[in-house]
Amino acid sequence: MVDRNKKKTTRDRGKRLQRERLKPRLSRNPERLRRFSTVSDEEISSLYTPADLEGIDFLKETGFPGEYPYTRGVHPSMYRGRLWTMRQFSGFGSAEDTNARYHYLLSQGQTGLSVAFHFPTLMGYDSDHARARGEVGMCGVAVDSLRDMEILFHGIPLDKITTSMTTNAPAAILLAMYIAVAEQQGVSPGKIGGTIQNDILKEYIARHSWIFPPDPSMRIITDILAFCSDHVPKWNTISISGYHIREAGSTAVQELAFTIADGIAYVQAGIDAGIPVDKFAPRLSYFFNAHMDFFEEIAKYRAARRMWARIMRERFRAKDENSWKLRFHTQTAGVTLTAQQPVNNVARVALQGLMAVLGGTQSLHTNSMDETLSLPTEQAVTIALRTQQILAEETGVANSIDPLGGSFLLEKLTNEMEKKAMHYIRKIDEMGGMVEAIKRGYPQREIIDASYHYQRLLEKGEKKIVGVNCYRSDEELPIPILTIDKEVERKQVARTREVRRKRNAKRVASRIDALKDASLSRTNLMPVILEAVKEYVTIGEICDAFRETMGTYTDPAMY
Amino acid sequence: MKSVPAKKISRSRTTKGKRKVRVLVGKPGLDGHDRGAKIIARALRDAGKEVIYTGLHQTPEMIVNAAEQEDVDAIGLSILSGAHNYLFPKVVELLRKKKMGKVVVFGGGIIPENDIPGLRKKGVDRIFTPGATLSEIVEYVNKRIRPRA
Repeated sequence: MVDRNKKKTTRDRGKRLQRERLKPRLSRNPERLRRFSTVSDEEISSLYTPADLEGIDFLKETGFPGEYPYTRGVHPSMYRGRLWTMRQFSGFGSAEDTNARYHYLLSQGQTGLSVAFHFPTLMGYDSDHARARGEVGMCGVAVDSLRDMEILFHGIPLDKITTSMTTNAPAAILLAMYIAVAEQQGVSPGKIGGTIQNDILKEYIARHSWIFPPDPSMRIITDILAFCSDHVPKWNTISISGYHIREAGSTAVQELAFTIADGIAYVQAGIDAGIPVDKFAPRLSYFFNAHMDFFEEIAKYRAARRMWARIMRERFRAKDENSWKLRFHTQTAGVTLTAQQPVNNVARVALQGLMAVLGGTQSLHTNSMDETLSLPTEQAVTIALRTQQILAEETGVANSIDPLGGSFLLEKLTNEMEKKAMHYIRKIDEMGGMVEAIKRGYPQREIIDASYHYQRLLEKGEKKIVGVNCYRSDEELPIPILTIDKEVERKQVARTREVRRKRNAKRVASRIDALKDASLSRTNLMPVILEAVKEYVTIGEICDAFRETMGTYTDPAMY
Repeated sequence: MKSVPAKKISRSRTTKGKRKVRVLVGKPGLDGHDRGAKIIARALRDAGKEVIYTGLHQTPEMIVNAAEQEDVDAIGLSILSGAHNYLFPKVVELLRKKKMGKVVVFGGGIIPENDIPGLRKKGVDRIFTPGATLSEIVEYVNKRIRPRA
């Protein structure tokens, strides 16, 4: 450690440099900008020195990978042991279309699957519902019943491949379908691995695919936590997501703070439901955005790990080290992709992927360059996957753990990030926790304010986007885009109607009654849902049963 | 399900006594991406328009009913789910059925260039694509949309 005199010398030299060398120069050649700030508009100094880390205990704050508080990484060997999982979020059209894309991605070296469902599935409507018109297969794959799920995973061994499913309000139903498909393959629930997003709080905050009001939604989640800790021990039960909070326009600090506050709410709910913290906390994971500001993002991931470790150990008294470790998935920021000069997006995505890797992510989705125009073509998604492979195999960034750790700038930003995010978390605690804060519209309004602020900076030219408000070109290189065949909707509607005709109507009716009864009692819903999906009760039917007993949520429509 | 109050709101007038332009910002379809819609609602409000925001997950029927109750001059639709080819023309069609064909319908979101001519032909006045600036949209509303007497 640096002794007192040395520290003082550093500080004095820093000041002298400012006075003697920098100031006279600046009077002749002023800096490019009046103020330098991150994409979240946090001010950045011209130089960071040991003086910025004065009084900080390196071992306590930064330490070593695999050791509390895990600032440098959750594993002692990180990518030297095993690379991050390359997991491209993918789903479009029919279950057959998406199944073919999965087989293709696996053949190209992708190491895990990630399912994008279409909006009707996410909102609990079957494809033949009036609200599904025009949406079928558009933004993801159409899944109405177990039949679709069987096709989706046809030929994919569920004991070998892990699958992440982006589903929230109907997460319990899709997990039940996945378990049922695994059982058909002869794979027991104890052997399957994967993730359901199942993070309803950020749906109210930012992503907006909700069905039921907050309180019954939290009950479904605690039922999943209890069920999985007993029967599906390798499943990640909640992927606590900052990604969408950021996409909705938050700052990096808000992304971090609101996401961790959501995590606190889930842990508290699990404890309140009587599940011991160390029984479910090790299966919670996180999901963050990789936006455009290089050091701000890396600092965010490092701060997140340290904050979660401290919260789990000190606030919730978790004893199992695995409860302290924040494992996370990263997706590069969709909002930073530009429709103008879209090939430039390849460069943006490569840099964002680099940030995630330097931040110690456990898995990564790199966006395809065409995703601001449509779902990705096979060619575009291949370039995105190859970008990860180039990072892993060519650049050497995975050779050493937390290679930027110890940088004055990065350590300072990490500390600042934690401090500012904890300030938000205390405010949310004072409101009674995140569920209450959401009911008041607090995080929602903070995000709208931040996104409007950024948009104004952009329009004033204080923030820049290449090809949009600077370096524009008249001639654009057109790129091919994916279109969804109109036939998909017709075929999907026909299939779901056929499933309904062929199943046992009497058993279906009794399963639906059982769902309603269970939702009105304190019985765990998961086994009841599992029985229902095995009888080919559809997502729309299960959600309708719960809509009847739990009610629905409507957008407060603030702006 | 309705997020817009069912009462008629009295029209406010500018200092010159002219009625302010009233714009309904609508989110048809099931997608939850409302960042753009909310920013545009604020920008139009800051530009002196009266703005009514429907909130998410609206059917074309809900949007047109709200437009009728609020007596708006224009409807701005935002969608990122890909269902624009069905939902946008449906809004125009319902407006015409209600003899509200003078209400200008414009929109934006993830909309491929190839879809724009078809939408225009079906009565959507203007489509803004990603990268459109707030000032562009405000200028369009200023020029194109006049308060009805």
